[in-house]
Amino acid sequence: MRQVNQVKLGAEFIKDTAHRESHDRCLWAARMRRDKVARIIPEWEEMRTLASEVKKHTLTHLDTYLEEFEKNATANGIKIHWAETPEEHNMIVYQLFRKHNVKTVTQGKSMTMDECDLRGFMSQRGIEILEADLGECIQQLDNQAPDHIVVPAIHKLRQDVARLFAEKLGSDPTNDDPHYLNSVMRKYMRKNYEKIDAGMCGVNYAIADTGGVAVCTNEGDADISATVPPLLVMSMGIEKIIPSMADLALYVRMLSRSALGLDITQYTTHIQRPQPGQEVHLIILDNGRSDRLSSPDYWEVLKCIRCGACMNTCPVFRRTSGLSYDAVYMGPIGAVLMPSYDLHRYARLPYSCTHCGSCGDICPVRIPIPELIFYWRGVDVERHQSQKVHDLEESAAEILLRNSKSLALGENAALWALRTLPDWLTESKLNPWAASHANPPAPQETFREYYRKNLAGDKHSTDLKEDNNV
Amino acid sequence: MKVGFFCPCYIDAVHPQSAISSYNLLRRFPQLEVEFIERAACCALPLTDMGYRKKACSLETNLVPLMKDYDAIVMPSGICSEQFRDHFDSVEQTDEVKHIRTHTYDVVDFLYDVLKVKELPWHPKFPYRVALHNGCHSLRYLLQARPTELMIPDFSKTESLLKMVEGIEVGYATRRDDCCGFGGTYAIWDAPCSGQQGLDKVNDYVRNGFRYVTSQDFSCLLHQQGVAMKHGLDLKFFYIAEILNGDAQP
Repeated sequence: MRQVNQVKLGAEFIKDTAHRESHDRCLWAARMRRDKVARIIPEWEEMRTLASEVKKHTLTHLDTYLEEFEKNATANGIKIHWAETPEEHNMIVYQLFRKHNVKTVTQGKSMTMDECDLRGFMSQRGIEILEADLGECIQQLDNQAPDHIVVPAIHKLRQDVARLFAEKLGSDPTNDDPHYLNSVMRKYMRKNYEKIDAGMCGVNYAIADTGGVAVCTNEGDADISATVPPLLVMSMGIEKIIPSMADLALYVRMLSRSALGLDITQYTTHIQRPQPGQEVHLIILDNGRSDRLSSPDYWEVLKCIRCGACMNTCPVFRRTSGLSYDAVYMGPIGAVLMPSYDLHRYARLPYSCTHCGSCGDICPVRIPIPELIFYWRGVDVERHQSQKVHDLEESAAEILLRNSKSLALGENAALWALRTLPDWLTESKLNPWAASHANPPAPQETFREYYRKNLAGDKHSTDLKEDNNV
Repeated sequence: MKVGFFCPCYIDAVHPQSAISSYNLLRRFPQLEVEFIERAACCALPLTDMGYRKKACSLETNLVPLMKDYDAIVMPSGICSEQFRDHFDSVEQTDEVKHIRTHTYDVVDFLYDVLKVKELPWHPKFPYRVALHNGCHSLRYLLQARPTELMIPDFSKTESLLKMVEGIEVGYATRRDDCCGFGGTYAIWDAPCSGQQGLDKVNDYVRNGFRYVTSQDFSCLLHQQGVAMKHGLDLKFFYIAEILNGDAQP
C-alpha cells in the first residue's frame, strides 16, 4: 500500500479556514474542560501513575488474567472466541450472523471492529451494519472514515451535517439547527432499530475477576445493541483486561475527564451475563498485540485506553484533522501505534510532530508518546522507508556541524546570504521556510566574531587555525 | 566555579545577541570563571530529531573532550541543554559523558537552580508588558514551569526570574503553552502546519495587546518573529537574558 503523506493531506485541511478553525476550537475547548475537571482532583497525577502501573501489571501477567477472565465470563454464559487476525475475527462474526440468519445489525462504537474493517467485510456479504453512535453514523452516511476516535464527526460543521442529511435522509437542507438535525437522526435510527437482528459493540474494560465487561458511551449506543436484539457480539483487543472491579473505578474516573472534560460518560454499561433468551459472544483479538507486548521498545502503547486526549491537545492534529493520518488510530497515539501495524505505510506519521511533549503529559496512563515518536523515527531511518530528502538534510547537517571551523564557515555563508541576497531569492519556493516566514534581520556579527573582538583578550586561542580536522 | 559557555549554532548564526547577553550576564557573577568553549559546535539535536542516532554519535564524540572539564556548562537555549540532558545518548555513556549530561544547564536553570539567584543587583529595567512564551522543551522536558497539562503545584522559574526586573509586567497568550510550531526540522518538513501554528500564536499575542515577547528559547521566537514579520505584525522578540541583563531595547 502507498505511504500515507500526512503533511500533504493535512495541508489541504489547513487551507480550509472555516473547518480548520472549528476543528481546532472544538478540540481545544475539550482540552480546556479536561484541565478544569482534572485540576479539581487533588490526586490526579497519582491516579495517572496508578492507572499506568495497573496496566503495566496486567500486561505483564496478561496470560493469567486472560485465562481468569475467560473462565469467569464462560461461567456467566458469555461465549468467548479467540481471533489471531482481522480475517479470523470477521469470519467468526460472519458465521454467528449466518447461524442466526442476521441481515441487519446495529453497532455501538468499536475501535477493534474498525481495526478489522468489519463493516466493509459484512457489506460485501450483504449484511448491513448501522452505526448507533451519532458521529459514527454521520460518517457512515457520508462514506468517510472517522476524524477522531471519540468524536468521529468533529471536523464537520453543522451546515455540512444539514447538507448530508438532506441528501441522504431527505431533511430540510436550509435547517442546520442542531435540535432539528438530532430529531432527523432520531427518526431515522428509530425506524432502523425495528429491523435489527443483532447488536454489536466494543469493550472498554474486561474485568478478570467477575468475567463481565464495561462499555462507556455518551449516547447509550452500547445499550441499544446489548438489550434490543437477541444476539450480542462484542469485540476487544487482548489488552482491554483489568484485574478487578475495584480497578474499574480508577479508569472510569479518568476516561471521560481525559477525553472530553466530562466527569463521567453518560452511560457505563455493564454486561455481566446474557439476558433470558439472549446469546452474548465476545471475540478477543490479537492482531499483532502479542508482538507489541514482547517489544521492549514500544510495549507501552498497549496501555492506551482510547480516550483521545492526546489528539485534543496535539497542535498538529487540531489543525490538520484526523482524516489526514488516513489510519484507524490517528493523532499522537496513531503516530506511534500505526507503524507497528504497517511500517511502510505509516512510516511518515512519526514526523508529523513538533515534539512539544503535550501528549505525554496529558496521557492518563502515562504512555511516553514523545519518546516513542523518537523511537519510530530511528526505526524509519534504519530501514530507509521514508523520503530521501532526509539523507540530504542529514549529510548537509553533518558536514556543517562537524566542528567549529566548518560551522563558522557555514554560518558565514548563511549570514552572507541574509545580508546580500534579495528577498525574492532567499524567500523562493525552493525554501519551504519562506512560505510562512520573512527573513530575520541579519545580525552584524556572530557571537564568535563578537567574542574575538571584545572578550577574548590575550587568551584568544588560535584554535581555528590549528584545528584542521574537517 | 569553572563554567563552560556553549554557544548553540543557530544562536551564533541568527541571533548572537542571545549569547552576548548571556555571556555578559554570567560574567557579572564574581564566583564564576567563565570560559567560552569556542571549538564546541552543534549539540546534534537536528540529527537526533530526524532519527539519525548513529550519525549523531560522531558529533557527540567530538564534544566530549571539549566539555568534560567544567563544573557547569551553560548555554543560551533550552532545546540544546535538554538535548544534552535527555538525548546525549548516541555516544557511549562513560563517566565523562554522564558528568556532561548532569552538569549542562540553560541560562534559566543555571540562574535559578545552581546560582539560586534571588535578585539582580545590576537593577535591569524593562517597564513594559511582555508575553512570556515558555518553549515546549524547556517547559515540558526541563520542567522550568508547570505545564498546564500537569496537575502539580504552580511554579515558573522563567517568570520568577523575569519578575526581578524593575517595572516589568509578565503576561501570557490565551493558549499559553500551546506549541508555536517551530519544532526544529519540523518547520521545514511540515511547513504548512508549522506556519499555521506560528500564525495562531502571534495573533494570540496581538489579540491580547502584547508588543513584546520573551522566551528562554530563541528558536521558538525566531520562528514566531519570521511569521510576525511576514504578516506585518508589530511585535518585538527578546531572549530572556537580553531582559535580565538589561540589554533589551524596546
